[in-house]
Amino acid sequence: MKRQWRTFFAVSLTLVIGGCTGNPGPAPALKPAGFGAALVESSGGKQIGATGTVLAQPLVVQVNDEQGTAVTGALVEFVGPAGVSFDPPSGLTDSSGQLSTNVALGSMAGRYQLTARTSTKAQKSVELKIEEIALGYQQQVGFQLDNKYCARCHNPESSAERVSNYDNLEVKPHPFTEGDTLNKMTDAELTAIISHGGPALNKSALMPPYGYTLSKTEIEALISYIRLISDPPYHASGTVYAQK
Amino acid sequence: MKDALSSLWQTLFGHPVRAFGVVSLLLLISLAIAPAKNHFSEWRHYQKQYLALIRSRGDAVTLQRHFHDGIQQIWLPQLGVVDRCTTCHVGLKEASLADVSTQPFRQHPVIPHTLDQFGCVMCHRGQGPATTVEEAHRSTLAWEQPILPARYVQSSCGQCHRAPLTGTPQLNLGRNLLGRYGCVHCHTIKLPDGSAIKPTDDPPSLEHIADKTTREWIYAWLKDPQAYAVTATMPNFKLSEPDARDISAFLIANSTPLAGDTAPVAPGTKDEKAPDPTAGASLYGESFCASCHAVQNAAGNVVGGDIGPELTRVGNKVKPEWLRAWLRNPRVYDSGTAMPHYRFTDPQVSLLTAFLGNKTDSDLLANVHLDAATPEQIAHGKLLVTEYGCASCHEIGGIKKPDNFAPELTRIGSKPLTQIIFLPGMTHAIPDYIAAKIRQPRSFGSALKMPQFSLAPAQIDALTTALLSLADRAHDLPLALTVPAKPPSNYQPAGKAGQLMADLACFSCHAINGRGGDMAPDLTWEGSSVQRPWLQAFLKNPGTLRPALIRRMPKFNLSDDDAKELTDYIMTVYQTPAFDRDSMPASGYPPAQVEQGKQLFYSKYACQSCHIVDTKVDKGYIGPTLTQVGSRLNAVWVYHWLKDPQTMRPGTIEPNRNMNDEDARALTAFLMTQKGSSKKETKK
Repeated sequence: MKRQWRTFFAVSLTLVIGGCTGNPGPAPALKPAGFGAALVESSGGKQIGATGTVLAQPLVVQVNDEQGTAVTGALVEFVGPAGVSFDPPSGLTDSSGQLSTNVALGSMAGRYQLTARTSTKAQKSVELKIEEIALGYQQQVGFQLDNKYCARCHNPESSAERVSNYDNLEVKPHPFTEGDTLNKMTDAELTAIISHGGPALNKSALMPPYGYTLSKTEIEALISYIRLISDPPYHASGTVYAQK
Repeated sequence: MKDALSSLWQTLFGHPVRAFGVVSLLLLISLAIAPAKNHFSEWRHYQKQYLALIRSRGDAVTLQRHFHDGIQQIWLPQLGVVDRCTTCHVGLKEASLADVSTQPFRQHPVIPHTLDQFGCVMCHRGQGPATTVEEAHRSTLAWEQPILPARYVQSSCGQCHRAPLTGTPQLNLGRNLLGRYGCVHCHTIKLPDGSAIKPTDDPPSLEHIADKTTREWIYAWLKDPQAYAVTATMPNFKLSEPDARDISAFLIANSTPLAGDTAPVAPGTKDEKAPDPTAGASLYGESFCASCHAVQNAAGNVVGGDIGPELTRVGNKVKPEWLRAWLRNPRVYDSGTAMPHYRFTDPQVSLLTAFLGNKTDSDLLANVHLDAATPEQIAHGKLLVTEYGCASCHEIGGIKKPDNFAPELTRIGSKPLTQIIFLPGMTHAIPDYIAAKIRQPRSFGSALKMPQFSLAPAQIDALTTALLSLADRAHDLPLALTVPAKPPSNYQPAGKAGQLMADLACFSCHAINGRGGDMAPDLTWEGSSVQRPWLQAFLKNPGTLRPALIRRMPKFNLSDDDAKELTDYIMTVYQTPAFDRDSMPASGYPPAQVEQGKQLFYSKYACQSCHIVDTKVDKGYIGPTLTQVGSRLNAVWVYHWLKDPQTMRPGTIEPNRNMNDEDARALTAFLMTQKGSSKKETKK
C-alpha cells in the first residue's frame, strides 16, 4: 500500500515537473567563444513604439574588451520587465562584436527599462540599461497630433517630407523631450499655452493658439504624450496616494 | 486488509446512533462544499488582495466606497456582452491607480469608450462570463477565442469603425496594405456593408509585354522581384529555373504588338547617345518625377514617392524604343495609368530616355542566358500561369481572370480553430496563424501557391490587425452601431476638361469631390479660392507656393488652349455654395484698414511664424509664401479662410483663431495688397 502511494507520488511529481519544463524553457545553451569587459549600445535605444508592438529598429549592442576593441562570440542576454519579448533573447556577438535583437514592448504604456547582460572572463556580470517608450492609445493620438501640428516648429530635425522651421524662429520652441523645462509646467499651464498660444503665459507670440482647432480630448492626449516622452522623466506632482 | 476494512465499518456504523451521527456529519460536510468553494474561489482571492492594496493608500476611503464585493457583471444585451472581468479587475475605473503595476488592479488606460458602454470582450476578446483566470483569458474546450494580444488590439476598433481613425495607425496601415499589396486580387474580402475591398496596386497588363521588355528581364523579375526593385510589391513565387524560363517564354510568345507603343529612333538622327547626362538629370528633377518615382541611392536608401514604380534599375527593364513612346504619351500603352501625359518635346524625350536608360545594374541580367523557347516550354508556361493564378492580378491575353482563386477572407478574424492546420510549436490562436501565414506562406506546405511577400515585421503586424478586424462580430453588429466610412467616390469631371484631367492624371495627386490622391491640395473648391489669371499662368508654368517642399506640381508643357480650357472648367465648376466669389473686391481697400491688417498680421496673430509676406524679414516656411497672395487668392476666400480654415479645407493645419469680423476684414485688406512683383518672379 505504502509503495503504491510512493509510486503514485513519484509519477505525479514527474508529470508536474515535466509539465512545467515542457514550456519553451532556456534555449539550448550557447557556448561563448569570447569574453568582453564592457557593453555599449550601438543603436535602437530611446525608441518610441506603440504598446505591444515590435519596435521599428532592432536593438543593437556591442561587446568590447578592456582596450575598447570589439569582441566576437561573446554571449549577450536581454531581459526586460513583464510583457517585453526579445527575438532572439540571447546570442553570440558577430564579427564586429555586435548582437541585434527585435524588441516587442509590453501592453502597458510607459517607459521600459531593458537590460543587456554579458559576463567577463572572470564570470563577472556586465550590464547595460536601455530605455524604450511605449505609447498607449492616448499617447498615440498625441504623437499623431504632434506630427501634424507641433513638430514643424518644436522638432529641430528636418526630413524630406517635413522641413523644420525651428532654426528660423528667434525664440526657440522647446522640443517636447526637453523635460528640464516642460516638467516644471503643470498640466493646466500646458493646456493654457496650447489653447491660448504663447502670450497666455508671457511666452513667444509666435506660438499660435490651438484651442479652436483641437478638442479638449486632443489637447489632453497631446499633454499625456509630452509627459511620457520627456527626458528626464516626468513625475506628476500633487497628491501622492501611495505610501512608501 | 479485509479485516481492517470490516473493523472500520464496525467502528463507524456498528451502532445505529453512531451510524446516524456519521451520516449527519457526512451530510454537513457535503453541504459545506459549495460555500467553501465559493469562499476559496480565485476571484475572492483577488478581491482580498485589492482590499489589502488600497488599505495603505491615501485615498483608501474613496476606493473602498467604489468597491463592490462579489461577482460583478456588465450586461449589454444589444452587443451580446456578458462580462464579469470587473470581478477581478477591480480598479479599472480608478484614476488614482494608474501608477499601480500589479495586475489585475491597474486603471484602464484612457480610451474614448467607457466600460459601461462596451464592456471588455468587445475589444479584448476572451470569455466574458468566466470567473477564473484560465477560462477568461485562454482558449478552452468551451471557448475558443483567447484574449487578444495587445499588439493586435486595434483590430477591435475596426469591427465598428470602417473609416481610418487617428488613434489606430496600425489598423489604418493594415487596411491600406491589403489593397496596396494586392491581397484582394486573389482573396475576396467583403465588408459588412456588402462592398468589397478594392486593390490599389494597379498591376500592369501583360498583353503587349514583348514591346516593353525582354524575356531575360522577365525571367530575372520572376525569380526575385526585389532584386530588381527593393520596393516592388510583386511577391516572390519561389519558381524553379525551368518554371521561370517557361513562364517567360509563354509571356513573350503570348504578347501581341500594339500600334504606337514603340518609337524607334530614325537611323539618321543620332541623338540617343549625344545628350549630356546632367541635362537629363535636371530635366528629371524639373519634371518632379521624384514626387512619384523612387530611386535607391548609393547609401541604399530609397528616395522618392511610391505612386509609380521604383526606377533604380529601369534601364535593365524597358526597351529604349518603348520608353520613348511611353514618355511621349503613356496613355497609348496603358490608358488607365496614374502617370500624367507630359507634353515633352522630342529632344526632351530623348534626354529622359538616355538618362533613364543609364540607370542599370550590370549584375542583374549578367547570369541570365536563355535559349530560344520551344513550343513545349511555351505550353508548360501557359499551364503554370494558369496554375499560379497570374491572371488574378495581370491581364494576360487568352487567360480569364479566375474567380475566387484563393480562400475568401471575409470572416477570417473568427475562423474556427478546428478548421485550421497549425504548424508544430505554434500557439493555437488565430492571430498567430494569420501572422505566420503572411510571414512565410509556404511553411504550411511546399505545394501551396501563396507566394512569399517581402514585408517588414511592422507591416505583417498591421496586416494581421486588419484581418483580425474581419471578425464575426463586425458582420453581426446592428448597422446602427457601426461607424461607416465615407462611400468611395467615382466622381468624373465632364467634357473636354474632364478628358484633359484624365490625360494629366490630376487625380493621382489631387482629390476632387472625394476622389483622388492626398499628395497635393484638395481642389473641390479651387474655383472659389483662386483668381483666374493666376490659375491660368500657374497651369502653364507652376511656380512653387511652398519652397520647402520637395514634392511639387510638375510642368506639363500645356498649350494655351488646354490651359484655358482647364481654367474655365475649374473656375466655373469647383465653386463652394457657401459664398459668392465676387462679393469682395481684389483691391481698393482703405489704407487705414490695410495698415490695421498689417499690425494684426505681425502682432496679434503673429502670422509670420508660418508665413512670409516680406522676404527680407519673415522666415516662416510652414504655410505658403504670401508675397503675391493678393494676385493669387480671392478676397472673399481669404476672409472666410481666416475665420474658419477647417471648414474651407478639412484637415488643414492652419489653426482656427476665432477671429472677429473686423480683424478678418482688416487682414484680408492687408493680404490683398500683397500683389508680388513680376520682377521677383522672373528672378526666381
